[in-house]
This record gives sequence, structure tokens and C-alpha cells, in this order.
Amino acid sequence: MKETVLEVDDLHVRFDRDGQRVHAVNGLSYRLRAGRTLAIIGESGSGKTVSSRALMGLLPSTATVTGSARIDGLELIGLTEEEMREHRGADLAMVFQDPTRSLNPTMRIGSQIIEAIRAHTEVDSAAAKRRALELLSLVRIPDPQRRFHQYPHQLSGGMRQRVMIAIALASDPKVLIADEATTALDVTTQAQIMALLSELRSRLGTAIILISHDLGLAASYADEVIVMYAGRAVEYAPARILFGQMRMPYTRALFDAIPRLERASHSLLPVTPGQPPDLTALPAGCPFHPRCARAKPECRESRPPFVEHEIGHWWACWNPCKDGEPL
Amino acid sequence: MTKLLEVRNVVHEFVVRGAGGLKGGTVHAVSDVSFDLNAGETLGLVGETGSGKSTLARCVVQAPRPKAGSVRFQGTELVGLRGRRLERARRDMQMVFQDPYGSLNPRWRISDIVEEPLIGYGDGNATNRRRRVRDLLDLVGLNPESYGRRHPRELSGGQCQRVAIARAIALQPALVVCDEPVSSLDVLIQAQVLNLLERLRTDLGLSYLFISHDLALVKQVSDRVAVMHLGQLCEIGPAEALYRSPRHPYTVDLLASIPSLDPNRPPASERAVASGEPPSPLAPPSGCRYRTRCPRAQDLCATERPLLRELGPGHQVACHFPEPVDEVEPAASATATVNGAKRPPWSTSAPSGHP
Repeated sequence: MKETVLEVDDLHVRFDRDGQRVHAVNGLSYRLRAGRTLAIIGESGSGKTVSSRALMGLLPSTATVTGSARIDGLELIGLTEEEMREHRGADLAMVFQDPTRSLNPTMRIGSQIIEAIRAHTEVDSAAAKRRALELLSLVRIPDPQRRFHQYPHQLSGGMRQRVMIAIALASDPKVLIADEATTALDVTTQAQIMALLSELRSRLGTAIILISHDLGLAASYADEVIVMYAGRAVEYAPARILFGQMRMPYTRALFDAIPRLERASHSLLPVTPGQPPDLTALPAGCPFHPRCARAKPECRESRPPFVEHEIGHWWACWNPCKDGEPL
Repeated sequence: MTKLLEVRNVVHEFVVRGAGGLKGGTVHAVSDVSFDLNAGETLGLVGETGSGKSTLARCVVQAPRPKAGSVRFQGTELVGLRGRRLERARRDMQMVFQDPYGSLNPRWRISDIVEEPLIGYGDGNATNRRRRVRDLLDLVGLNPESYGRRHPRELSGGQCQRVAIARAIALQPALVVCDEPVSSLDVLIQAQVLNLLERLRTDLGLSYLFISHDLALVKQVSDRVAVMHLGQLCEIGPAEALYRSPRHPYTVDLLASIPSLDPNRPPASERAVASGEPPSPLAPPSGCRYRTRCPRAQDLCATERPLLRELGPGHQVACHFPEPVDEVEPAASATATVNGAKRPPWSTSAPSGHP
């Protein structure tokens, strides 16, 4: 049994801005084991990105974070920026959606990787350069010696993302968070980057958190999947179980809304009406109930608890989808 | 079928300025592309970044005019028209863009935004126009009383896109060019907007040129699909036929790269074929621009650009060595070796248990 490398318990994040309180994350808990890939799936406002930035200590001062997130036993919530800097990169690292914004356009690639290496390790410049070249090879950038001296704008989007991954892995983190890391990439490049991440996971034993709105990505690359809505986990299961039978109607709605190759031309999609909820004024009861095809009176009155209803399969719903039943 | 749009040999390029404003290079965005769009159909245009699909769409609406080639819309040649004559000829063609907020004037109210084309083309009196605006907002599912007086920033992305659609159909166009109309929207909202577009298509008799990088989406909305790569048209044909039997190696790779919704199937990363980095549009390969990543490429591909050839009913492919027809679903372990490279198995079977 692989050991648990990250434990998140009852994480809450709220933002207070201009007299308004936004409840971005409302009680998120999960476990991540070494070498496993966890996908956190949700749309905008689900809290998936905010929760990960909370772990990384990357939220603005308007954010209040409560709860617990322990990496290898070390508590991350409540650390000062100085303390967090020791762990960012060394224990957990993040790859963002837009490599153009995350890479310094005025610094050569090699220097940026060396910067990441030297943030956590005492090495001389020769050793750092060797390690940087190793990392460029690790992420399969062809001709690393030449690329080492180039600027980000001389690389394609896919290559920049590989450089981001190299930087993230510079200090051998236990957990790598890929926050919509392939969303801005073409589908063929996405396939290559995902292949790289899978390979790195096997070779280095890094645990990966994949944050995305793309359920297809979760199906293909994740061991376990959490679905979030309005700042909460609404369903969790190993991928094979989840895609075999989704219980929470929101998960089912997400799945049904994905365009499919198998559908006939001009077919109409199953539609979920309405909008995601206003995080400053969440409805009572289940946050999804105003849009849910299966809503019952109790869904409006009280919030369903997130419980392990079947082995390994958790959900929060008063009227979950039954086997084989359409939505 | 009447041809609504006939595009012939369209070329468009962008000059890239290097240091000091000197010409640094030329992006060959669209290179000799031809296709037809029939009245009443949806033609999907699919490709990745740098394929030229958006540039091609803008050349069709003459914003900008292509550097070379011809665009005949409803029988009238658009390239070469200017001013009032272009406006008149172009009136039945409208566009919906990717960024829901970017195409709406943030200082105007929603009803003014939708009314603008009606004023621009001198339609009716103010009372008629406002009634039409209310009808249009209703048609796209936005309550005119609630939304008419608001500004775009008060609406969500999906709602803004509905406004953009209302504006686009205000003049009852024949053709609507949709450039990634739902890419910026959340998944559940995408479905709402797509269904709206579909409903309007049947209710108002619209034709669409639908541009997207999402292959499954394009297939779902289109009658015919055209695949572009680095400014060249690779393959065009009926949606079903193209997806069931893709003939161009690039189409095969694109399809293999789509993440599967079935965790029991090997992931796209194991099925995709293209090797290496996409070439730069500043220095595209000679001949066929896909040849540097193509497992089937041979010498001819570098010296001679392949032209579109008809390989099936309405199904044209620009390739010297197209994939053989293989309609039977290949066994999971079956591979064919071509030039030493593996051709991956790819099937259209639905994941088990789901419609």
C-alpha cells in the first residue's frame, strides 16, 4: 500500500472584497498517495484552482484559509510566506495553464531552470547547469544545449510547457499540481505532454494532481477523480468506478454535455439549464438543486452530506442516479 | 444543392516585423485554400493553432481581404468590392466570435448592441426595431425586460454569447460564420449555446461555417468537415465518412489524440502518432506541410504539394499516400507498419455503457 503523501481536511477558502464575502472553497477533503494521479474536475467557480493555490500559499491577502493540508505530515495552512518558500518547489510544485505568463520573457530558459534548482539546493553553477540540462532531457526537449540559451518566445507553446514542468521538477517535489496545464495546448501537443507526465510519474514516483474542466482528461489519465461544484466535492471515486456509474447528477450532466464523436450530426445535447451559483449567496440545500433534473423537495431544504455510499465511491446527493437510468 | 459560398485559391499572409521594424519574416497563414459551402449546411472547419482556420474565416468575410484568391457569396465576387457595394453584398453574412465580451461594446446596453445592425442597414422605424430587438432576445433565451437595459459586464460569458448571436441573426443572414463560439464557455453552458445555434439553424434556415479546434464538437454540429494544417486544407468530406474513415494522416493523428472518455481504453498519449514539434508558420516545410511529422512521408511529399483528390463521394484528400480505407474496427492489438512507423488502432466505438 503506497503511503499517503498529501492529506487535505475540511479546507475552506473565503475572499473578503469590497464588503462582499465569496465562499470559494467550502469544506474539501481528500488523500493523495505517492505515485498516483488525482484529477479535480469542475467548471469555473467550482473552487478547484483556488483550493490548489491555497496549498501552494499563492492566494492574495483578501483570502482566508482554514482547515488542514499536510504534506508528509507537515502542515501547509498557516505558514508564512517565508516558510512556504522553503516548501514550494521542494515538496509541492505547480504548472500553470499559460506558460507564456509564468516564464520570465527576459531570461533565458537555462537561467530560469537554474534559478529553480538553486532555490532549494546549494550547488555551484557547473553542477546547476548539469542538472538543468538533465531536466531538459527529462522533459524530452530536443537539442537541450541549444534550447538552454534560448528565450521563451523562441519556443512553441508545448515546449514552454515542458520547460515549466522541468522547473517544477527541479527540486524533486513529492506532489506536482498541473492546473489546466494542457488546456491552452493543441490536442496533439496535449497528448504528448500527458505522455510525458505519465512517464515522469512512473520514473520519479511523483504524485500528480490534475486540475481541469475536461472529464476526458480525467478518464484517460487519472487514478482517482474528485468532482467539485460550488466549492465542494460532490463526487469522488477511482476513475474506473466513476466512469462506470456516475451518481451525482452534476457529474452526469458534465459527462453528457461533452461533445462526442459517436453522436449524429445536428443532434441536440442534453442541456442543464441555469448558471453556476453565485458564490456570495449560495442557495440553501444542495448548491446544484436549481439546475438539477432530479431535484426533490429535500434538496432545497438541506445540503446532502458527502459520504462513502459504496466502497471507494463517495457522493453528496439526496437523489443520485441509479444504475442504467437516464438522467 | 445551391452553392452559398465558393472559395477559390485563397491566400493570406502576415508580415512579421523583426528588430527595428524591419521585415522579419512572413507567416503563411492561408495557402491556396478552396472549398464550397452549400445552402442549408453546416461546414465545420477544424485545425489546431496556426492552422489558419480563423484567418480563413476572416478572409471569407473580407476582414481582412485575402491577398489572393476569390470568395463568391450568393453568386457575387466579394474580393475587390469596397465600401457600400461590399456592405450590400456582405449583408447576408454575419460572424460570431470566440470572446463573448470582446465583441460587445462594454459601454452600450444589450438592447442597443442588438439594435445596431438594424440601424446600420437602415431597417424600419425605431418602434419596429425595438420590437425586433425584443423578439431577438426572446429567441436566444434572454428575457428582454431583465436583460435589455444591462451592460455586458453584468452578464455571464454564455449570456454575452447569446447577445452576440442575437445581433448576428438580426438581419436574417443566410450564413453565420462562427469562430470558436463556445470555446471560452463552461461545459454546461456550451451545451446550452450549441443547442441554441442548432435550433436557430432549423428555425431560421441558417447555414454555418463553424470553426473550432474541438473535433468531437465539430463533428456533432456539421454536415461536412474540412481539416486544416499550417495553412493547407488536408481533407474535406461528409462528417460521418471523414471521422469513420479518415484518409489524411493528420486527420488520423488528430482523432487519435482526443482523450477518450473510457478509462479502459489506452490513453491518447499511447495512440497519437505525430512525432516532434509542429513546424513554424514562418518557415513551413516544402510540399506537404505535415510531412515532417508524418509517419507515411516519402520524398515526393517534400518536392510536390499534394492537391485535393476525390477518394470517396464528396470526400477529398490532399495527400500522396493517404491512409487505406479501413471501415472495420481494428482489433485492439492490430497495427500496420508503414515506413517503419506504427499506424495506431483507432476506433469510433462508444465507451461501454454510455449512449
